[in-house]
Amino acid sequence: MNLRRLFLIATPYAWLAFFFLVPFGIVFKIALSDYAISIPPYTPTLDLSQGWAGVKEFLDGLDFENFTFLASDALYIKAYLSSLKIAAISTFITLLVAYPIAYGMAQAPDEWRPTLMMLVILPFWTSFLIRVYSWIGILSGEGFLNQILMWTGIISQPLTILNTNTAVYIGIVYTYLPFMILPIYAALEKLDISLIEAAEDLGCTRIQAFWLVTFPLSRPGVIAGCFLVFIPALGEFVIPSILGGNETLMIGKTLYDEFFANRDWPVASAVAVVLLLLLIVPIILFQRNEQKQREAGL
Amino acid sequence: MRLRKTMVAAAALLAAGAAGAEEVHVYNWSDYIDEALLAKFEEETGIKLIYDVFDSNEILETKMLAGASGYDVVVPSGSFLQRQVQAGAFQKLDKSKLPNLANMWDVIQERTAKYDPGNEYSINYMWGTTGIGINVGKVKEVLGEDAPVNSLALLFDPANMEKLATCGVHVLDAPTEIIPAALKYIGEDPDAQDIETIAKVEPVLTAIAPHVLKFHSSEYINALANGDICMAFGWSGDILQARDRAAEANNGAEIEYHIPKEGALMWFDQMAIPADAPNPDAAHKFLNFIMDAQNAAAASNYVYYANGNKASQEFLNEDVIGDTAIYPDAETTANLYTTSPWDPKVNRDVTRLWTKIKSGT
Repeated sequence: MNLRRLFLIATPYAWLAFFFLVPFGIVFKIALSDYAISIPPYTPTLDLSQGWAGVKEFLDGLDFENFTFLASDALYIKAYLSSLKIAAISTFITLLVAYPIAYGMAQAPDEWRPTLMMLVILPFWTSFLIRVYSWIGILSGEGFLNQILMWTGIISQPLTILNTNTAVYIGIVYTYLPFMILPIYAALEKLDISLIEAAEDLGCTRIQAFWLVTFPLSRPGVIAGCFLVFIPALGEFVIPSILGGNETLMIGKTLYDEFFANRDWPVASAVAVVLLLLLIVPIILFQRNEQKQREAGL
Repeated sequence: MRLRKTMVAAAALLAAGAAGAEEVHVYNWSDYIDEALLAKFEEETGIKLIYDVFDSNEILETKMLAGASGYDVVVPSGSFLQRQVQAGAFQKLDKSKLPNLANMWDVIQERTAKYDPGNEYSINYMWGTTGIGINVGKVKEVLGEDAPVNSLALLFDPANMEKLATCGVHVLDAPTEIIPAALKYIGEDPDAQDIETIAKVEPVLTAIAPHVLKFHSSEYINALANGDICMAFGWSGDILQARDRAAEANNGAEIEYHIPKEGALMWFDQMAIPADAPNPDAAHKFLNFIMDAQNAAAASNYVYYANGNKASQEFLNEDVIGDTAIYPDAETTANLYTTSPWDPKVNRDVTRLWTKIKSGT
């Protein structure tokens, strides 16, 4: 019995160790080494054949130089801040779009709900990459959007949307929308309708009832949704590189440049380590929120 | 007992399968081969060809430096090849397995020897120039009939770029291509190795960057063909492919490629075999297959790039060998320049400069 419990507890920790701590350790180790023209392109590498002396030599070669380098160039801090801004704004827009959809789904008759749910999930059946690429066809100068707008006479010159930050926002909001809808829907679905009836009986207008009853009760879903969008959006690389332009400065792209253009794995690893540390803050807040919710549920 | 028997049988089958289906993994640039050649290779040799593509030297180099890429043949450009040879990424070619080496063109061999002395590690697949692709109608519409379409001033003069921005400009996202061109434009040595000289291009590029819709190394083919942009600074063959796609689509976009009169970068894409290639024997067979005169000609006829294969020239279509945008005349060729790799410190400064130019940060 005890053994079984131990096993149950050990499993998630082993998972965490193998798939998070070990890879993180490798990345951290590379962040402490130096660039070299070799395979792999950094030095020192651990040479176990020399025994203890090899380990010692390896440890001597490590330093924090790459982290001080990050602090010395404004590029990195600007890229972090710009990523934070893009992630925050797109999370907010996603919330604005997702809430009415989730609300509508929760209000829909019971027999419609599985179908509506299906419609939200359906896009996942197509590759993420193809869905992002298809936005090029919609947003480009000769794309569907411009053609429709020009055909209807709303604009006379095609709008430049593709390769700007606007396209990045559109891409992120579109891609992460289901991650916002689903938790909000889950929270709204559980809502006891009699609470709203009570509020209205006690003199609330429908709008007041929404802000005083419905919205506060859906807050756990809103918070969960915001984290689910914000965290991956912060480190996003694919969407800005496909839809974004020169003005789009995001840490994912900076990291790509360090790794591919400079071939400087140590600095790239240092950027990754810092990004991870930045992400840990919202992730911990998210965990706490979840925990609080569970406790409240008990 | 029965289970064990089944397992032994299965293992034997797997082993037989592995031995029977010999494979060769080729990693080449996107839009860079006539797919019919791939089928022909499989038919002739019975080796299964797994073909994979990339669109930047940087991606290839990262895979090479990580090691164990699993590829048997890869196609880096000259200066990248040079650095990767230095890092020990490639094996020397076994020239006894490459009888078709006799077909190669000495003029190109001499130039590629700058990157790979004695051509010990690589064979030339294609070579070309980096220059100007325009949508003739649109460029003349914004710049007038006497637009300087064959001059670097089209790209580097902000007055021209400001107008071109209204119909869209793409530029290669490769400092190794653009910085030498900018150096040439301001009258410096395009192969400058010191950061002080290189930094002189910053004001030139910063002035035009806001007018560039996108820095990207492959999207311009389609963007130019579809009429989404009116100018691209890119690789010769890519722009000629855009020209043909536009002609096929019959969308009214007339695309032209121009080698800048000030001079252009001449580059070489070299086929090489990684040091840890799983099947170097099949890799040699592939290289030899590509150096066959008719195969090399078929590849060039399809992708509109010149190759380093002298014997193939009699099999080239007239619109390839006769096009001075692909096989430039002697006068233009004399004006082409080559570059060598920057050392890591300069490379880092250049990348930083490039980011600063593109994003203003």
